[in-house]
Amino acid sequence: MKVPDPKRVGRAASASWRSQPALVPVAAIVLALAVGAVVILLVGDNPLEAYAALLRGMFGSPDRIAASLARSTPFIGTALAVAFAFRAGLFNIGAEGQILVGATLAAWVGTFSYLHDVPGILLIPIVMLAGAVGGGLWGAIPGVLKATSGAHEVIVTIMLNSIAVLYVRWLVSSNDPVVLQDTTASVPHTVPISNNARLPELFDSQPPLHTGFLVMLALCVVVWFILKRTTFGFEVKTVGANAHAARYAGMGVNRTIIAVMALSGAFAGLAGAGEVSGTVGFLSPGVFVGIGFDAIAIALLARANPFGIILTSFLWGSMLSGAGLMQQETGLSIDAVRIIQALVLLFVAADVIVRTIFRLRVDTTGGAMDTTQITSGWGST
Amino acid sequence: MKLSRRQTIGVLFGLLGAYLVGFVATSLETADKALKFEPPKLGDTSQLSLVFNPPVAVTAIGTIFVLAGIATFFERRWERLARGALLLAALCFIPLVIVLALALSEASSTNVVQLLVESLRLGTPIALGAMAGLWCERSGVVNIGIEGMMLTAAGTGFMTYAVLGDASGAPILWLSVGVAVLSGGLIASLHALLCVTFRVDQIISGVVINLLALGLTGFIRSEVIVPTGVAIGTPTPDIALPGLSQLPILGDQLFTAQPIFFAMFVIVAVTSVVLFRTSFGLRVRSVGENPHAAETLGIDVIRIRYRAVIIGGLVAGLGGAWFSLEAQAGFEANMTNGTGFIALAALIFGKWRPSTAFAGAMLFGFTRALQSRLQILKVSLGDFAIPSEFWQSLPYVVTIIVVAGAVGRATAPAADGVPYERSR
Repeated sequence: MKVPDPKRVGRAASASWRSQPALVPVAAIVLALAVGAVVILLVGDNPLEAYAALLRGMFGSPDRIAASLARSTPFIGTALAVAFAFRAGLFNIGAEGQILVGATLAAWVGTFSYLHDVPGILLIPIVMLAGAVGGGLWGAIPGVLKATSGAHEVIVTIMLNSIAVLYVRWLVSSNDPVVLQDTTASVPHTVPISNNARLPELFDSQPPLHTGFLVMLALCVVVWFILKRTTFGFEVKTVGANAHAARYAGMGVNRTIIAVMALSGAFAGLAGAGEVSGTVGFLSPGVFVGIGFDAIAIALLARANPFGIILTSFLWGSMLSGAGLMQQETGLSIDAVRIIQALVLLFVAADVIVRTIFRLRVDTTGGAMDTTQITSGWGST
Repeated sequence: MKLSRRQTIGVLFGLLGAYLVGFVATSLETADKALKFEPPKLGDTSQLSLVFNPPVAVTAIGTIFVLAGIATFFERRWERLARGALLLAALCFIPLVIVLALALSEASSTNVVQLLVESLRLGTPIALGAMAGLWCERSGVVNIGIEGMMLTAAGTGFMTYAVLGDASGAPILWLSVGVAVLSGGLIASLHALLCVTFRVDQIISGVVINLLALGLTGFIRSEVIVPTGVAIGTPTPDIALPGLSQLPILGDQLFTAQPIFFAMFVIVAVTSVVLFRTSFGLRVRSVGENPHAAETLGIDVIRIRYRAVIIGGLVAGLGGAWFSLEAQAGFEANMTNGTGFIALAALIFGKWRPSTAFAGAMLFGFTRALQSRLQILKVSLGDFAIPSEFWQSLPYVVTIIVVAGAVGRATAPAADGVPYERSR
């Protein structure tokens, strides 16, 4: 039996968030850009031009800003999924599978013929709920397995990601039998959902900024409220801090683990439903690839803080959104941005490097370096 | 009455066995099928083969399952018998799958030796990844970055090959393999720097490495490899082991193969010997179990962990070279495709021991080999042709079942995942 280390992302994070407002992440971004510049120089491109194009791509016009916001929308939900699990000491790498299953269920429910004429005010919540249920069920599997057999959620969620990708690909693109595919389309995707189920657009950018963004903002508030103001949230944090103490105090640790994983999946699934309903109205196979790892990075950057996630999601989404323009203008591969993002995470995780270089004051409420301990091996709970 | 873990598994086996005997066996067609042991040869019809009748075979396996289920119920009295029976039942899954697939397919025979050799071949990167993980985790450093280490190695290996020109022949190929191995070690030293020196959470460090590997190799591919114009090259050549390759049946199929395949067996053996039979191995393991006690005995915990993690990285690098220089000579974005995580599952399945981790890797290799074989056999249930996605998902489903079934009893090295702070 292992005692999860109480020094995890969440608790001390709130303290350092106030005393050193976001200085480490900002310094980490600067350092990552500097290292990225070296990489760009190595392949013979001009990093300043590349970064200028990247910035224009991110915020160059109202249209670009809206596109950046749109791009960051699904990241908010998936990062919340990861962050919420973090708080319970669980590591959810399965956001990719959960968003995919949620999106699939939403895309399917949205095409039900007897729901076709239901007014949007009812139908949109139904479709969103379908997404949350799909993601929630997919997220509950690792929770149940962890609670009953001690199977480590990292392995199980990674495997479930691959399974979800394969099965959804089959559901969406199978011709014989046709399951969800729109046979009239040239590229495989699902049948478009009812127009009443579409989330209204806020800004006609590419991709469009839709009301799903507001749903995600509301979700951040909900998660914050659960964690800060409810008994369940207290249980979640206690289990994350010390499962043995929680059990000793009479909390149902296994029940909490299952509930957290299911809710975590539901957040991701809701994001998936929002994307289906808000952007194109159908699901293509291959969307959301790799979003799970992005979500982890975003949640870690925000130190699992629900409101911090809004900022870090926007940073992440806008960088990916701007990378397209950078590639057009300078011919530099989009992967340059991926490298910079990985470096940002690296420098935030190993913040002792950043603190040394930028001579930042070490937070005395418990060095942030020690607070990023979320794992303690593979043992069962 | 509360069932023990083993009894629960036994009940499941019993139910499955009863289902097989009662329903599956009776609904199968009775046409004879054959298991072949040799590749077809021109003008030689005397192929070694085993002809069987599917319903009879399924009934036999089902009976074994039922008996194993019964045996586990009396595990208190016959502990060894119960354990042996469960192991036998578990092993019977392999013939069961082959028999069922053949029975549901239009083909009348399939070559099983080839299937097993293919399992070993496809299990090679998984076994190498598992050994890489074993080195790290035995020293107390969790490594979910195996995937990233292999991907980086695959990328840099083929980059070397493409930049230096594929026309230059064998030395370049071996140099590329060497670069792949070294870059695996390099990335691993980053992992060690983060986890051991900076005491970053080890899973976060692994995530960083996976993200970095994706970005870096994607960047290398579009900025370096693609501009050279070398898309595909000559992979590592087949080597016939002298003597062994002359053996009947196996010689040609097993002992004539590519070098990293053979190297994998050597690495598994060496890992096993070094970790469990040398003083260095003892140090690595002690550092992974109780670093403070090890330090008291004068062992430099930090240095041992660095060495173990870097050795692991070098092994993972060879696994990466398998992808881009042995299975094929070429590099595609994210070509390792989750193998590093499957290797991790094999490691956990093998309870952090080289021999059993190897067995786990081969199990996953088998599901991969089976998947491509079953696609060729065109297995169908009635009119419903089982889609390839289903077969592709098999390794992942098996991983979940294995992890859920096995890890409860598996114990990781005691200090695995715990950053070490030198006591002052």
